Amino acid sequence: MARMTGAQITLESLQREGVDTIFGYPGGVVLPLYDTLPQFPGLRHILVRHEQGAAHMADGYARASGRMGVCLGTSGPGATNLVTGICTSWMDSTPVFALTGNVGRALLGKDGFQEADITGITHSITKHNYMCMNANEIALAIREATHIATTGRPGPVLVDIPKDVFQEETEFEWPEQVSLRGYKPTTEGHAGMIRRAAEIIDQAKRPIIIAGHGVIWGEAHKELVELAEKACIPVITTFLGIGAFPEEHALSYGWLGMHGMFYANMAADYADVVIGVGMRFDDRAMGRFKDFNPTAKIIHIDIDPAEIGKNFKPVVPIVGDVKRVLPKLMEETKQQTRNEWLRWIDQQREEHPTLHIRESRRMLPQAVIRSLYEETQGNATIVTGVGQHQMWAGQHYFYKRPRQLISSGGLGTMGFELPGAIGAQVALPGQEVWAICGDGGFQMTMQELAVLVDEQLPVKIAILNNGYLGMVRQWQQLFYDKNFVSVAMTQPDFCKIADAYGIRAIRVEHKNEVELALREARNHKGPMLLDFQVDQEENVWPMVPAGAALSETIEAPAEELAR
Amino acid sequence: MSTAPHSGSRPHHTVHTVVAIVENRPGVLMRVSSLFRRRGFNIESLTVGRSEEEGLSRMTIVVDGESAPVEQVEKQLYKLIDVVKVSDLSHEEMVARELAMIKVRCNNVNRHELLDIANVFRADVVDIATNSLILQVVGDEDKIDGLIKMCEPYGIRELSRTGRVAMVRGTKTTTVHEREPEKIARIHEKAGRRVDNIDLPFSSD
Repeated sequence: MARMTGAQITLESLQREGVDTIFGYPGGVVLPLYDTLPQFPGLRHILVRHEQGAAHMADGYARASGRMGVCLGTSGPGATNLVTGICTSWMDSTPVFALTGNVGRALLGKDGFQEADITGITHSITKHNYMCMNANEIALAIREATHIATTGRPGPVLVDIPKDVFQEETEFEWPEQVSLRGYKPTTEGHAGMIRRAAEIIDQAKRPIIIAGHGVIWGEAHKELVELAEKACIPVITTFLGIGAFPEEHALSYGWLGMHGMFYANMAADYADVVIGVGMRFDDRAMGRFKDFNPTAKIIHIDIDPAEIGKNFKPVVPIVGDVKRVLPKLMEETKQQTRNEWLRWIDQQREEHPTLHIRESRRMLPQAVIRSLYEETQGNATIVTGVGQHQMWAGQHYFYKRPRQLISSGGLGTMGFELPGAIGAQVALPGQEVWAICGDGGFQMTMQELAVLVDEQLPVKIAILNNGYLGMVRQWQQLFYDKNFVSVAMTQPDFCKIADAYGIRAIRVEHKNEVELALREARNHKGPMLLDFQVDQEENVWPMVPAGAALSETIEAPAEELAR
Repeated sequence: MSTAPHSGSRPHHTVHTVVAIVENRPGVLMRVSSLFRRRGFNIESLTVGRSEEEGLSRMTIVVDGESAPVEQVEKQLYKLIDVVKVSDLSHEEMVARELAMIKVRCNNVNRHELLDIANVFRADVVDIATNSLILQVVGDEDKIDGLIKMCEPYGIRELSRTGRVAMVRGTKTTTVHEREPEKIARIHEKAGRRVDNIDLPFSSD
């Protein structure tokens, strides 16, 4: 035991939990913590330009590495600026540790300068949060918070520490164990339920697996491939599940949902058994719930019991860790071939080639993504924002490994792309990371360009610049009678902005310049920005209109294909 | 009309009685109530107090069954780290009680009538003044509703009800027996609680 200050205990505890990077921003009440930071050379602090960026970077870091990401903000606005990022992690179940300072204990509850009740504010968007009122609580709080964030269904946690608690001295004692009576995730699936699921799968004519983000976080992709191959079950993923199953695999049929592959939606809708693995039957994936494939038997495997029966009542519920459940399920199922069923989906794919890109004189945004795929041989890690470019990045890049696509699926946070990519690049030194941005979202967090320069991170940025909030424009065109309101944007010269930060940039105006620009960016050692002046009115197809069922998926109308 | 002092639960209204054993920590009530609000589960009543186990409190929550499938209520409650155990008593043989204090207007003329009514409901008179008295009654909701109805003609000045507490009949319990390791329990006991030496407000003396 040694006497340490609260600040020292905080950093020592984080380090003991394996943390190596903190994305943060200093301020009044966290000064004692920053004062202590140089004593911990093993902790790399990355200075962001806005706390929202810190939270997204921690999230991107977590999604790319599989390890917990850490962000830090001061009290009041520092803490509230983290909220969007914390909620992004909450909705997508990523392990992020948010550390905040608060005003000194005597001022708490007295509306002190820069006081915000951040534990109250984040109750509903964290797995759990802590306020440490004494220095001797810090080590256990950090230990528990880390345990909670990284086990079971992962998720964000927050630890709030008043300024004078950072300064308080106490004996440091590292808690050897965690003991939480109220937190015991179920990991082993129920053997009887697994047997029942296997029986149903064995008898199924048209089973389908819908693999979600949980397969990626459960690191169960190999197990998933083995089950799919043995029982011959075609696999589609959710949007966040992209990469959970290699898209080059013969049993891969893309992803389903509002802008999923037409044939994936049809297969999900026509299947006689739907096996949801590590996913939560979200509305964007399933379409109108009551008309989703009414005859299918649903088997639902997830580590979070509350997800089972929330939107759909499964015939067989299996609560457990997919990595443990899938091998058992594979053992119980019979080897099969289901040629007829696969042929049916193949035929759908031939008749409705969602991923075909038409010839056009224009610079089609989806063609830019496809060129990127080809140039990078499908190896890059792709981080996106939210909107049309996100859907095209999901559709037209093909992903072979988990954690290859990083995107805000649940909360749909515009502006996630640049800080998310920064976090991913920090986690993946030496690897190719691309931020695919919309021109709208990029402007929400573009101040983080400075971090690329500070930290010499070679993130490549591709802005699909159509001068519109494209997805909103698409909805106004299709569902609001072309009444375009507040969607056209006068954009700054993004190349000049990059230039102002000392980042190389090229504006790409013609489709025949795309490949060259991509090649130049890839060959450039540092970060680089490409501003693609893409066609302004291209829409994302296919589409399940809001409130429609998967069976009502609409494909691109002929007049749009003629553009 | 007449109301029986004891009767079954109201048939027109489905409610679930859920007992949650929770860690006695700052913020736990807010975590639970905020969960109900966020998920759109309507709380009919919520009662909380210490349990037989040190450090654990027992919450009795009555949920409107129309607003919430009780299975989801249970599962969502379990997601809270501070919630240790959840029991749905809806299908159990249980004893459910609440306590009410009713301050009723009265005078020398009608006081006796009121005392007779109290007697029928086995309510206690816990305070008496020239123009009012306080009745304290314990029972299920119907009994208390009944007494309130009988008091209304006299004029109710104030009414305070505790909400339901419930227990399963027989030997079955909703108890948690798991103890925390001593070292951890010692930290948990004080965690997040205000320290005593807060020197605000400043005195102007």
